[in-house]
Amino acid sequence: MGSVTVEALRGVSLEFHQGEYVSIMGPSGCGKSTMLNLLGCLDRPTTGRFVLGGEDVSLMDDDALSAIRGARLGFVFQSYNLIQHFSVVENIEIPLYYQGWPEQESRSLAKELAALVGLEKRLDHKPFELSGGQQQRVAIARALVNDPLIILADEPTGNLDSVSGAEILKLFDDLTTQGKTIILVTHDDDVARRTSRSIRLRDGQVETDVRRRV
Amino acid sequence: MVRPVSPLSAARLKRTVRLGIKSLWLHRLRSLLTVLGIVFGVCSVIAMLAISEGASFEAQEQIKNLGSQNIILRSVKPPEEQKVSDKNNQSYVLQYGLTYTDIKRIEATIPGVTVVVPARIIREYVWNISRRVDCDVMGTVPWYPQMRNHRVTKGRFFSEAEMEEKANVCVLSAEMAEKLFPLDSPMGGDVRVGNGYYRVIGIMGPRSKSAKTDEPPDATQSQASGADRMFIPLETAKTRCGEILRKMRSGSFEQERVALHEVTVKVSKPEEVVPVSGAIQGLMERHHKKKDYEIVVPLELLKRAERTKQIFNIVLGSIAAISLIVGGIGIMNIMNIMLASVTERTREIGIRRALGAKRQDIIVQFLVETVMLASAGGLIGVVLGVSIPFLVTYFAKMITIVTFWSPIITFSISALVGVIFGLYPAFRAANMDPVEALRHE
Repeated sequence: MGSVTVEALRGVSLEFHQGEYVSIMGPSGCGKSTMLNLLGCLDRPTTGRFVLGGEDVSLMDDDALSAIRGARLGFVFQSYNLIQHFSVVENIEIPLYYQGWPEQESRSLAKELAALVGLEKRLDHKPFELSGGQQQRVAIARALVNDPLIILADEPTGNLDSVSGAEILKLFDDLTTQGKTIILVTHDDDVARRTSRSIRLRDGQVETDVRRRV
Repeated sequence: MVRPVSPLSAARLKRTVRLGIKSLWLHRLRSLLTVLGIVFGVCSVIAMLAISEGASFEAQEQIKNLGSQNIILRSVKPPEEQKVSDKNNQSYVLQYGLTYTDIKRIEATIPGVTVVVPARIIREYVWNISRRVDCDVMGTVPWYPQMRNHRVTKGRFFSEAEMEEKANVCVLSAEMAEKLFPLDSPMGGDVRVGNGYYRVIGIMGPRSKSAKTDEPPDATQSQASGADRMFIPLETAKTRCGEILRKMRSGSFEQERVALHEVTVKVSKPEEVVPVSGAIQGLMERHHKKKDYEIVVPLELLKRAERTKQIFNIVLGSIAAISLIVGGIGIMNIMNIMLASVTERTREIGIRRALGAKRQDIIVQFLVETVMLASAGGLIGVVLGVSIPFLVTYFAKMITIVTFWSPIITFSISALVGVIFGLYPAFRAANMDPVEALRHE
C-alpha cells in the first residue's frame, strides 16, 4: 500500500500580524484544515516555511512543536474537545500543566479565566454537565490560559445554536479589541463578516484575501 | 523561548500519579477486573510458597526429631586388647574408651556443637524384690530425653539438682517397667541394683520404629533386648558403680575401666553432621592411640532429609511456575486493557498533544497508569496472599511460613512487569499523529 501524496496547499504565502482577526473560508477540500494544522503546529509543511513569532517552526522536531503549541498557541475546536473526566478548571489548566506550572498558580489563573468567560460558578462541573455554549467558553478560556500569540478557532460556532454562537463571537470580538490575534475557520459568511480580514481558499490556493475596517 | 519541562520532575510526577489514580478510579470496576489476574497470580505465589514452605519445614522438622543432627560416639573394646582379657588375668584392668577429657575437647574445639550428652552404660541385674531383669543401667545427664527425642510418658526425667546431689532416682524404659512391675504402678516404687536402691520417678515412652533407625545396631542393644533400660543420673552412676566394671559371664571374669560408653553430640543443622563428624574423628585420632571408639553418623536419616528437600524443591518450583503462568496471563490482560484504553482515549491524547503535551508526557501518563494498576493489583495480591496462609493455618491446622521476601519480590515483579508491559501501549499512544487523534471519534 503506497500512500498518495496530496498537495493540499500549494504556493500559499500569507502573513498574519499581531492583533489581526482573520477568517479563513472555502469549500470543503480546499485546504482549510491543512492550513489550520500547519498554523497550529500540529503538522509540518512538506516544503516551505512557517515562521511563528520569529521561530522557524518548519524545522522543529516533535518535542519543540509540542512546546510551541503549549506556549504560543490556543485552540478552539468545533466539537470543543474538552477532556470529559476533568472539571472546568482542570480543563482550562491543561496547557499550563504541560508547561510545568506549579499547581497553585495554574489553578488560580484558570479560575480567573473561567470568570472571564462567565463560568466562575461552574468551576467544578464536568463538561457533560454544561451546555454547548458553556463548553465552548471553557475551550476559549483554555485557549487563553497560556497567553498565546495566536488563537486558532476551527468553526467554533459550528455546533452551536445561534444564541450561543453569537455569545462566542461576541467573546472573540472582545478578545480582538484586547489585541489578541485570532484566526478562525468558518463556513458562515456572517461570521467572516465580523473579522478584519477574510481569506478565501480554493484548491489549495488563496483565492481572495480581503482586509476590511470593522 | 519556551522552557523545557521534564515530565519526570517530582512535582509533576506526583500530579501525574494523582491524575492517573483519578482516571483509574473513574473506571473502578474495569480497573479491578483488569488487575484480577495479577491479584490471583501474586496471591497464589505467596500463598503457595507459604504453604509448601510450611510443609517442607514440617517434614524437615520431623526428620530432625528423628535425630538426624546427632552424632553418636561409642566406646569400643579395641580388638587387640580382647586377647589380653582372654588370659583371664584377675588383676588386669582393661582401660579403654571415651573419657571426660574427650567431651571437654569436643566442646572446646569444635564449633557448631550444641549439646554433648555423655552416658555411661553398665550392664546389671535390676531387681524388684524377687523379679529380676538383665538390663543396661545408663548413667546420663538430665537433657538426654530432648537430645535423643525419647519422651518421658509418665512422671519426669531426673533434674540437674538430683544429678548434682547424686540422688538415687531412676527412670525406667516402658518395656522394663512392664517386666519389673507387672501388676502395680512402678511410680514411686524402688528397684535394686547391686547394693543400691533407686526410686522410680518416671517411665520413658516406647521408641517408635522410625526413631529406631537412628539407633544403629550397637553392642549393648544387640546382646539383650535393647529396650530394657534404666536411666540414672551420671554422677550417681559414677559414685555407685565406680570406674571399674567387673563382668562375670559364663565363668569368665574381666575388669575394665571405661569412663563413658556413649556420647551424643548434636549439631545445629543436618548438613553439618558430616563435617563435624570428620572433625571429631580427627580430634579423637590425635588423642586415642588405640581405636577404642566408634563414631556413628545417622547417614540414612541424612539421606532421607536430602531426598525430602529435593522433593520439596521440585514441588515448590512447579508451583511457582504455575503461579507465574497465572500472573503472566494477568499481565497480558493489563496490556490488553491498556491498549484498548489507548484506543478509546485517542481523542483525549489528541487534545493533550494539541495543548502542548510532548510524546514523553503521554508515555509517562500511560505508563504511570499501567504501573499503578499493576502495583495496585500486586498490593491486593500481597494482602490476600499473606492472609490466606493464616486462614489455612487456622482452619487446616497446617504450618505455613510466609517468608519475608516473597511479598517483596512478587510485588516488585508485578510493578516491574507493569513498566515493561505498559511501555508498548504508552508508546503507541505517544506515537499517534495529533491531527488524526483529534479527528478520531
